[in-house]
Amino acid sequence: MAANAIPGVPGRPVVSERLARKFSRNTKERAIEALLFLAASVSVLTTAGIVYILVKESAVFFGQVSPWSFLTDTQWTPLFDDAHFGIGVLLSGTITSSAVALLVAIPLGTTIAIYLSEFARPRSREIAKPILELLSGVPTIVYGYFALLFVTPILQKLIPGLPGFNLLSAGIVMGIMIVPLVASISEDAMRAVPMALREGSFAMGATRLQTALNVVFPAALSGIAAAYILGISRAVGETMILAVAAGMQPNLTFNPLEPAATITAYIVQVALGDLPHGSIGYQTIFAAGLTLLLLTLAFNLIGLWLRKRFRQAY
Amino acid sequence: MEARTQPTTHATMLGRTPPGAAAPAGSAPPPLKAESRGLSFHYGKFQALKSITMPVHEHRVTALIGPSGCGKSTFLRCFNRMHDLYPGNRYEGEIVLYPDNTNLLDRDVDPIEVRMRVSMVFQKPNPFPKSIYENVAYGLRVRGVKNRNLLDDKVEASLRGAALWDEVKGRLHEVGSNLSGGQQQRLCIARALATDPEILLFDEPTSALDPIATASIEELIAELRRQVTILIVTHNMQQAARVSDYTAYMYLGELIEFDRTDTIFFKPRRKETEDYITGRFG
Repeated sequence: MAANAIPGVPGRPVVSERLARKFSRNTKERAIEALLFLAASVSVLTTAGIVYILVKESAVFFGQVSPWSFLTDTQWTPLFDDAHFGIGVLLSGTITSSAVALLVAIPLGTTIAIYLSEFARPRSREIAKPILELLSGVPTIVYGYFALLFVTPILQKLIPGLPGFNLLSAGIVMGIMIVPLVASISEDAMRAVPMALREGSFAMGATRLQTALNVVFPAALSGIAAAYILGISRAVGETMILAVAAGMQPNLTFNPLEPAATITAYIVQVALGDLPHGSIGYQTIFAAGLTLLLLTLAFNLIGLWLRKRFRQAY
Repeated sequence: MEARTQPTTHATMLGRTPPGAAAPAGSAPPPLKAESRGLSFHYGKFQALKSITMPVHEHRVTALIGPSGCGKSTFLRCFNRMHDLYPGNRYEGEIVLYPDNTNLLDRDVDPIEVRMRVSMVFQKPNPFPKSIYENVAYGLRVRGVKNRNLLDDKVEASLRGAALWDEVKGRLHEVGSNLSGGQQQRLCIARALATDPEILLFDEPTSALDPIATASIEELIAELRRQVTILIVTHNMQQAARVSDYTAYMYLGELIEFDRTDTIFFKPRRKETEDYITGRFG
């Protein structure tokens, strides 16, 4: 690599020395680059691996069950003799419980974010935020029993005839679990809005609330939308709370007052049981998992689009 | 009220037609719109303004000049109580707004009321993440105006007032941040005009703009003087000379000299002012 002198310029070995040094520097740079690339690859490869397994095993499943009946059947009885594989049954539970959770988490999380970012004094923010984030560190199994043993009895007093397992209780508690996530990311997005924008609004005679709602909130919308999408993904993927508090009965319903199994709850149920590998019942896990993955992917794509759509350049 | 007169001498020297119009020497000065009386201001323990007493003449442009850190922006921001937004700030003395003799700094005076009467344009254009129309209508909406016709009329009048109407009339519902820097600043001026303020504050309104956009903003300021009293902070002495009728020279939180702009630039009474003006200092 370290060539001699420049052609036609005799007697300048300095150049080749410099080249030699540069060569060793380049090698080091490349080694570091490779190391960093390797680190980044781990997560990508993991994702690829998960997708590979899900698709491979699901392919076996769909070899025996047509995708059409998978999507349209109104029964989910994979372990019965008369087996039906209608994912819609589980999907309805997932959608209903997630909807309840978001109805709790989005208004509450947004309100908290607006308060912390625009109204709270620095002192109270310093105290409130870590406590809020502590809430997201509580294990979900604790939330599950909180829903089953604390929230459900209260709800049963308010709504007579509410079954012990129901989507409403699980959904509400799931919402409470997601609140810190939504609040924290939304607050970060709102705090990133430049002070100049707020001053502009105040200078027009706006109040704090008017400024927060009419200027800061829309300016932070892309970040807030990202928070909502993350909340949705979290709700769709949540397992323990639903497995504990919503029952594991597959039930095609959009009524939160009924018990129902979600996709995740079903996977837990089957994975804990003693199904032989390779049986059709065992393969359903992968088909259900693939559905979940596609659902989450769809939300992430929507989130990406929202972020682009509402991105503000300052 | 407007007794327009021929351009005074500094105009020729600076090579521009001045907005002119400070009353000729000897005649009575225009009435006062506001007056700062013994105004001191503290950021926590730091005293940024030291007992400033200065008149603000109605329908005139008053420029605040001085080196960085002299307190000119701090002084300007007292006029709409912007300092109230941050904790630990303290005013002493008063700023009286005429004709009703309201002390803007009085504890019982709501800063929001003050900002309804005294509007502001910032250093960096800061259009809201809204359409051009909604940017201009913002101040009226904040005041609860819902009448569509009234809003339409005000938005058009303000955009015309800010010399922006012809450029944006076809795309009022596009986002304001898509405009060029100079257009954005004029949008911010239109926004400030829409609520018919009595005083308009400019905090170095052209420091983020190119020379052409700067020239258009300066022309606009000269024009706006007919409808509103203007206070402008500027780093640029030529700009002060071009747009203002009165100039205040500040240094280290004190008002060193206040006079008609041509007096400040040609016959300053204080040595410090002369040194700054002539570039020997600052």
